[in-house]
Amino acid sequence: MIATENLTFQYAPETPMLRFPDVVCAAGDRLLLLGDSGCGKTTLLHLMSGLLRPATGTVTVAGTVLGGLTGRELDRFRGAEVGIVFQRAHFVQSLTVLQNLALPGFLSGKGTEGGEERARAMLERLGIGEKADKRPRDLSIGEQQRAGIARALIHSPSVLLADEPTSALDDRSTERVIALLESEADRVGAALVVVTHDTRLKDRYANRVTLNPVMEQA
Amino acid sequence: MKLSWIKIAWRNLASKPLSTALSMALLAFGVGMVSLMMLAEHQLRDAFDRNIKDIDMVLGAKGSPLQLILANVYHVDAPTGNIRLADAEKVMRHPYVAEAIPLAYGDNFQRYRIVGTEPSYVEHYGAELAEGRLWETPFEVVVGARVAREAGLKLGDTFFSSHGLLDETDVHTDKTFTVVGVLEESRSVLDQLLLCNVQTVWGVHEHEGEEVDPEVTAVLLKKRNPLAVLTLPNLISDTNMQIALPAIEVNRLTQNFGLGLGTLRTIALLIMALSFASIFISVYDSLLARRYELALMRTMGSSARGLYGSLLLEGGLLSLGGVVLGAVVSRVGIALLATLVEDKFRYDLNALAILPSEWLLAAAAIAVGLLAAAIPGLRALRLDISRTLSDA
Repeated sequence: MIATENLTFQYAPETPMLRFPDVVCAAGDRLLLLGDSGCGKTTLLHLMSGLLRPATGTVTVAGTVLGGLTGRELDRFRGAEVGIVFQRAHFVQSLTVLQNLALPGFLSGKGTEGGEERARAMLERLGIGEKADKRPRDLSIGEQQRAGIARALIHSPSVLLADEPTSALDDRSTERVIALLESEADRVGAALVVVTHDTRLKDRYANRVTLNPVMEQA
Repeated sequence: MKLSWIKIAWRNLASKPLSTALSMALLAFGVGMVSLMMLAEHQLRDAFDRNIKDIDMVLGAKGSPLQLILANVYHVDAPTGNIRLADAEKVMRHPYVAEAIPLAYGDNFQRYRIVGTEPSYVEHYGAELAEGRLWETPFEVVVGARVAREAGLKLGDTFFSSHGLLDETDVHTDKTFTVVGVLEESRSVLDQLLLCNVQTVWGVHEHEGEEVDPEVTAVLLKKRNPLAVLTLPNLISDTNMQIALPAIEVNRLTQNFGLGLGTLRTIALLIMALSFASIFISVYDSLLARRYELALMRTMGSSARGLYGSLLLEGGLLSLGGVVLGAVVSRVGIALLATLVEDKFRYDLNALAILPSEWLLAAAAIAVGLLAAAIPGLRALRLDISRTLSDA
C-alpha cells in the first residue's frame, strides 16, 4: 500500500512550490499517474520512493511514514519495500544480469528469498532465462527492460513504481511490458504505480490521477 | 550468487583491466624499487658487519685505508702491499693488543685466494670443520665451503697455485698443495678462501739460495685497551705501515653508497606519487562513468557510506595488488643483483625474509591507494540521487 497526503515540494528557495494531489494505491491494486512532460511526474515518483523529501505532507508506504525515518533507515526501507522500473533500464555494468538481480537483497540487507533459483525462474518467466550470466550491455533494449522489471520485483517489495516504462517501446512491446508488470506485481502482491504520459495507457486503470502543473509562488 | 562489497569492488576493477593494470604496475614498480633499496642496503650492511666481527684495526702497508680494509677483511680489493713481519711484530706483541691474526697473500687457485694465516683466523669467525683437520705443515690447505663446492676440491686433493690473486695463467708447478680439511659454511669470508700457514706463502716464492725477509700482507687486530686506537699508530709512524679502522671505513663506504641509494629512492617515491595520481584518476573517472550506477544502488537500499566504502575498497584492492606485485618485483630484482654480485665479488645476497621496514612500506602504499580513492569518493557521499536519475 502507498498513499500520499498534502505533498508539496520545492527544488530551491525562490523557485515555485509544487503541489501534488493526494494519491492512494492498495496492495495488489494499480494506479495510473498521468500528465505531460514537465508537470512533476518524476518529482512525485521520487517523493513517493523517498529519494526526495517533501516540503510538507506525508508519504506512507506499507504503514510506515517515510518522513519519520532517518537517512540510513530510509535507504534500507526503500531498498526493501520499493521497487523502481526506470524509463530506460540501468544496471551495474560490471556485474552479470543474475548478480544485478542479487543487488536489491544485498544492498537493502533484506536478502533474497530463494536466491539464485528464484532469480533464474523469474528471468525464465520473462523470456530471458538464457541471459542470466550475460553482462547487461549484451542484452537488447527490450531484454534490458524485462531484466529491469525482474530486478525491481525480485525482493518482493510492497510497492512497484514504474517511471515511463513504455515510452520508448512500440505498441506490441508496450502491451507485453505492461502485462508483465501487472502479472509480476500481482505475483508478489505489490501495489503497482505507473507514471506515464503515454496515451496508449491512459484508460487502462480506473484508479488514475492526472497531474496538472499546479504551482504557487512561495 | 552471493554478493559482497569485495566482490562488487573486484568486478568493477576487473571490468576496466587496462586502467587497473596501469595503476597496479605503477604502484608495484614504486614499491618494488623502494623495497629493493631496503633489501640491498640491509643485506650489504649485514654482510659487512658479519665480516668485521670484532676486528678493531687492520695493520698493513700504507695506501688507501679503505682499500686495506676491503682487501684484508672482505677480500675483494687488491692488497696495498706487504709489510715486514719483524716490523709488524712490534705491534702484534703490544700489551694493548688482545689478538693478532697475520694474513699473507700470494697466490690463487681458480681465482680463489690462498691466504697464509694462523688457526686463530678460523676460530675468530667461529667456523667449524666439515671434514679433515686444520693445516699443520707447509702446503697443507683447508678450503672454505664455497671454494670446495665451486672448485670441486675435496679431502686429499692436490693442486698447483697460480701467481697473484686473479691471474690463472702463471702456474707454480713446482709446489703441490694438499687439501687436509674442508670448512662448514660460515656465511663469512672464510667460505671463499683457501687457508694455509704463513710459511707456505713464503715457500711458494722462495728460490734456491735466496734469503727471504719474512713478510705478511696485513694483520687483523683486536684491541685489549681502547687507548690502542690512539697509541698504536704512533708506534708505526716512521715505517711503511698504517693502521685502519674497519668500522670507520665501512661507514664511509656505505655513506657514499647511500647517496646513490638516496637518488634511486627519490625516483621510486616519484613513481609512487605517479601511481597515486593514476589511482586517483582511475577512481575519479569510474565515479563519473558510474554516477548513475551509484544512484541506482542507492535506490536499491545502499547507504551513501556503503558506496563510499566500496570505492575505498576498490582503491584498497588496487594498492594491495600493487604491493604484492611490488614485493615480487623486489625479490626478483634482488635475486638478479645477487647473481651479479656473487659473480663479481663472490658475496651472496640472499635470504628473502621480509624486513620490518617493508611492512611499513606496504602500509604506506596501501594508505596511498586508500587516500587516492577517498578524495574523489567524497562525490559519492554527496551524490544527489534524484537529480542523477532524472538526468540520465
